[in-house]
Formats: sequence, C-alpha cells, structure tokens
Amino acid sequence: MGRKLLLEKAHIEGIRYYDTYRSNGGYAAAEKALKSMGPEGVLEEVKKSGLRGRGGAGFPTGMKWSFIAKPEGVPRYLVCNADESEPGTFKDRYLMEFIPHLLIEGLLISSFTLGANAAYIYIRGEYAWIPDILEQAIAEAKNKGWLGKNILGTGFDLEIYVQRGAGAYICGEETALLESLEGKRGNPRIKPPFPAVKGLWGCPTVVNNVETLAAVVPIVNIGGDEYIKYGIGKSTGTKLISACGNINKPGVYEIEMNISVEEFIYSDEYCGGIKNGKRLKACIPGGSSVPVLPANLLLKTAKGETRMMTYESLNDGGFATGSMLGSGGFIVMDEDQCIVRNTLTFARFYHHESCGQCSPCREGTGWMKKVLHNIEYGKGKMSDIDLLWDIQRKIEGNTICPLGDAAAWPVAAAIRHFRDEFEWHVKNPDEALTRNFGLAHYADPIPVPEPAATV
Amino acid sequence: MAAIQFSEEKLNKVKEIVARYPEGKQKSALIPVLHLAQEEFDGWLSSDTMDYVASLLQLKPIEVYEVATFYSMFNLKPVGKFLFEVCQTGPCMVSGSDQIIDYIKNKLGIGVGETTPDGMFTLKTVECLGACGYAPMMQLGKHFREHLTPARVDEIIAECRAKAN
Repeated sequence: MGRKLLLEKAHIEGIRYYDTYRSNGGYAAAEKALKSMGPEGVLEEVKKSGLRGRGGAGFPTGMKWSFIAKPEGVPRYLVCNADESEPGTFKDRYLMEFIPHLLIEGLLISSFTLGANAAYIYIRGEYAWIPDILEQAIAEAKNKGWLGKNILGTGFDLEIYVQRGAGAYICGEETALLESLEGKRGNPRIKPPFPAVKGLWGCPTVVNNVETLAAVVPIVNIGGDEYIKYGIGKSTGTKLISACGNINKPGVYEIEMNISVEEFIYSDEYCGGIKNGKRLKACIPGGSSVPVLPANLLLKTAKGETRMMTYESLNDGGFATGSMLGSGGFIVMDEDQCIVRNTLTFARFYHHESCGQCSPCREGTGWMKKVLHNIEYGKGKMSDIDLLWDIQRKIEGNTICPLGDAAAWPVAAAIRHFRDEFEWHVKNPDEALTRNFGLAHYADPIPVPEPAATV
Repeated sequence: MAAIQFSEEKLNKVKEIVARYPEGKQKSALIPVLHLAQEEFDGWLSSDTMDYVASLLQLKPIEVYEVATFYSMFNLKPVGKFLFEVCQTGPCMVSGSDQIIDYIKNKLGIGVGETTPDGMFTLKTVECLGACGYAPMMQLGKHFREHLTPARVDEIIAECRAKAN
C-alpha cells in the first residue's frame, strides 16, 4: 500500500467536522507553524520539500511564495484556486468535500507565512454545495480561535472567505481568476506584472491550488526533508490523481510519485484495470490539455523504460513521445473509443471556454471544432488533417494566457500519434459514422533503438 | 409582474457579501449577488434584474451585463422549473453521455436548449463539470446527479414531477 499524506484520514467518520479533525491530529501543524516556526521557518520547509504547484503547471511553491512583494502598508492576499475545471480533474472537489479542514489549516499556515490577513477561496460555481461545507468549516475554525483576530496569541489576524465563480474554465488561470474575483469578466491579464507584485485589487497576491495548500500541512508536520522521501527526484511527495474513463475503479487516488503508470492502471489498489475486460487504447494522463498517448507510449517511454507517475517520466520524450502529469486528471480510453470524437469534444470545450481576447484562440478553436466535426461526421478531406495541424501551430504560443496552448496540444498530439485514425475517417466516411477504428496498432510494442556502442 | 426587489433577508445577505471585501471594492460582490438574484427571480436574469443588481452595488448597468453574459451559469432567457445540464465533454462522452442526452431528448420530446411546453424542464448541454469519475452526469439545481442511466433519468424526471405537484 502506498503511503498517504493528504487523504490518510479522509475516510474517518465525521472528519468533515472540526472535533473529529482536531482529535485526529488536525491543526497540530498550524500550532507548530504559528507558535514555533515563524513565517521564515515555514517558507524554509516548503522550499526544502520541493513541493510543486498541484494545479497543473508544477511551479515550485516555495519559490512562488518568495516572489511576493512586501511594500510597506499594502495588504497582501492569498487566493486559493478551487476553480478546478480541467476535463478529467475532480480531485480538489474530493478534498474540499470530505476533509475541508485540511484546506483551512493549509490556508492558515500559508497566509501566516505570506503575511496575508485575508484569504479567498475561489471555487467553481458548479460546485454549488461545497461552499456550504467550507463555510461551516471556517465558522468552526473561527469559533475555536484558529481564525479571526490575534490567532493563538501571536498577533496574527486572518479571515477566510469563499467566493463562487459562475461557469468559466478560464477562471482557473490565475489572472483571470483575480479579474473574476474583482467582479469582472474572466479575461486573463498580461504578465508582467505578476500577481506576486500586482494581484488582487493591485496588491501583492499569491494564487495556489487547493491541493498545494493542503500539502503544506503534512510538510509542516513531517518536515521538508521527510516529504522528499515520498516520490522520486524533483517529483516529491504525494499527488492526487483523479482517474476516469473506461476503468474498473474510477475515483480520486493519492499516490506516492514513485509508482509506474502500468501499476496505476492495472493494480487493484488504484484503477483496477480496463472495464469489461477490454484492452487499453490511449490515455490522457494529466487533464484534457496534455498530449494524449497511445497505449504503447504510455506504459513505456520511447527509450523502452518503464513510464512512471512523475512529472519527469510522463514528460520523457517531450511532446514528440511524452505527455505531462498536469493536474492529475487521468482519462483512460479503451479499444472502442474514437480518438477523433474525443478530440472533437475537447476542441468544442476550448472553443466554448475561450475568453475571446486573443484572435488565434478565439477564432482558431472554432475552426478546429468545425474541421474536426467534418472529419468525425464523414465530411472531411485529407487536406483537413494538415489544416488542423496548421491551425494548432498558429494558436500555440500566440496568446496572452496558456488556454491557447491547452487547446492546441490535444489536437497536435491526436494527429501526431493517431494520424491513421484520422485518415481512416476521411477514406471511409460511411463507416466512420457507424463504427470505430478500434485499437488498430496502438498497443503494439515500439521497436527500441539499440543504444550506440560506447567507445 | 411584481417589481424586482430582494427580501429583507436577502438584502442582509448582500450586505454580508459586500463586507468580505475592502472598502470601495463592492464590485467583487457582483457574481455572488447575481447568483442570489438568479435563485430569487425565477432562475434567470432579466435586464430588469440586472439593472436592479447594478443599483444595489452602485455599478453601471453595463458592468453587470458584461459579466452576466460572460459566465455560462447565468441564464439570460427564461428556463423551465427544472434545468437539466448534461455534461458532454470527453470523459463523459467516453462513458456514454451521448446516449443519455439522446434519451432525455426523446423522453421529454425537446431538443438541446429547449423547454417542455408545460414549462417544467429545460435541457442544456454543458462542458466538463468536474465529475468525470462518476460519468455520465448532469447538474440539477445545486447538486450533481451522477452515474446516469436511462432508468436513473426516469427516476429523476419522476422525482421532479412529484416535487412540482
């Protein structure tokens, strides 16, 4: 059994409520941080832990925190990004729903470290029942003296507020989130200035994902040196993976970042294998934005090494033969699934969610959707495949925020690895409407080049 | 139609929301207050409702319109008493959401974006709601309905009809 740091106690009856959380060791980290470590001490441990942003980008959290500007007399803010909207991702929801005090405790320690006296949890509007759970946890914590004025007699004040979004994937991008929190359309800002200098209402702000903030609690409890023993290399600690698609046991799993992709999919501890005894065709390992991989490149890298559930191993081979850990939205597709159709749903998603500021994204996502629709519905031409490639190239890197890249990558990867399936749709328009291309050769072993003899 | 006006209780809620932000930043309350208004005034935002919210928060009406039109949860047209918002993005699609959407269409005799003649049900398709592991799914009011099957859809429809009576 893998060791757990976040969800270890998530199954305890009543852990959603303060008394149970507290009697199971909750708020011990907050006490330790506020009473004995001080802001510098916490920052040091978070840096040592190698914790990387769990929202998808994987940026080192300690470094992000150290960038926050501290001008005299200007308030600082901590904002928790609970906008979780990346298709395939539903881990933060689980954490907030079942063990909300872990997030509140993480917010308390992190706000203390950053010197923020107000923190906002920006949660996607569709998770409409979760603000009640969070607000109850906040009220309980405040009642017990963990929030409010002069917490634990340290002179530190903190209020935490919950703000609901209203249906916009783009608000998961940190500057769009800040715009939305200011009561505006979620149009991303041009960076620099970064939020650490000019964020919420023009004040220094740190925006962190739910899971990142929760992970601060075990880091304070066990120390950064101990935390790095979970995982491999720069993939330290544990990661929540939300697994979905054609598997026997979809759900949220906490993994140590030292297991193989194969173990994650097939072991009974995690996904429990492919549903209905089917074969694995493809997988998107880190949320809809990251490249889809065929079975043969998913389980082993192009060099023939075992692919691991780490930031580095999933990225091995770059985008040519690898993918990304991203947000941990793990989407598994069996042999009956159609890559063209799946890519079409993603293109439609990104078109729907584009904020419309940048032409390449606003227009390009719409074109990709139309072209993919034609191919899927038997009206495509061979040249459409190259056209799609061309459009995605012109979106990538040419937009204010990463939504453009996120829209381009899935299309690029689908064509890169599944071009035969696209061509089959074009050549067999009638069949394309009634059946799928199937597994084809996508699980066949890839010949591994012999290593050159060393002299 | 009665004039658009929050109850005393809701007005206190608005005050409580505005107090979450620093002085002069009441614009931040806009999205929460629009949610409140939509719940209160028949599940959608008419231009009268939006103007009312603007006056409450001392904003220009255009500041409210541009926000209300950006976010997909705000309905700018009347909707049925029960709004079925069925997810159709990749993870739900590979788990059979297309068939569920077709089933609901046939069962209710309406297309996507339409409302039944009795004003009871509206069907919408939406993009990923973060329930991928429990697909296919839909949002119904404040909650998610997950692991949908035709039988489950029948139950939900019956449940709604019972609630309406």
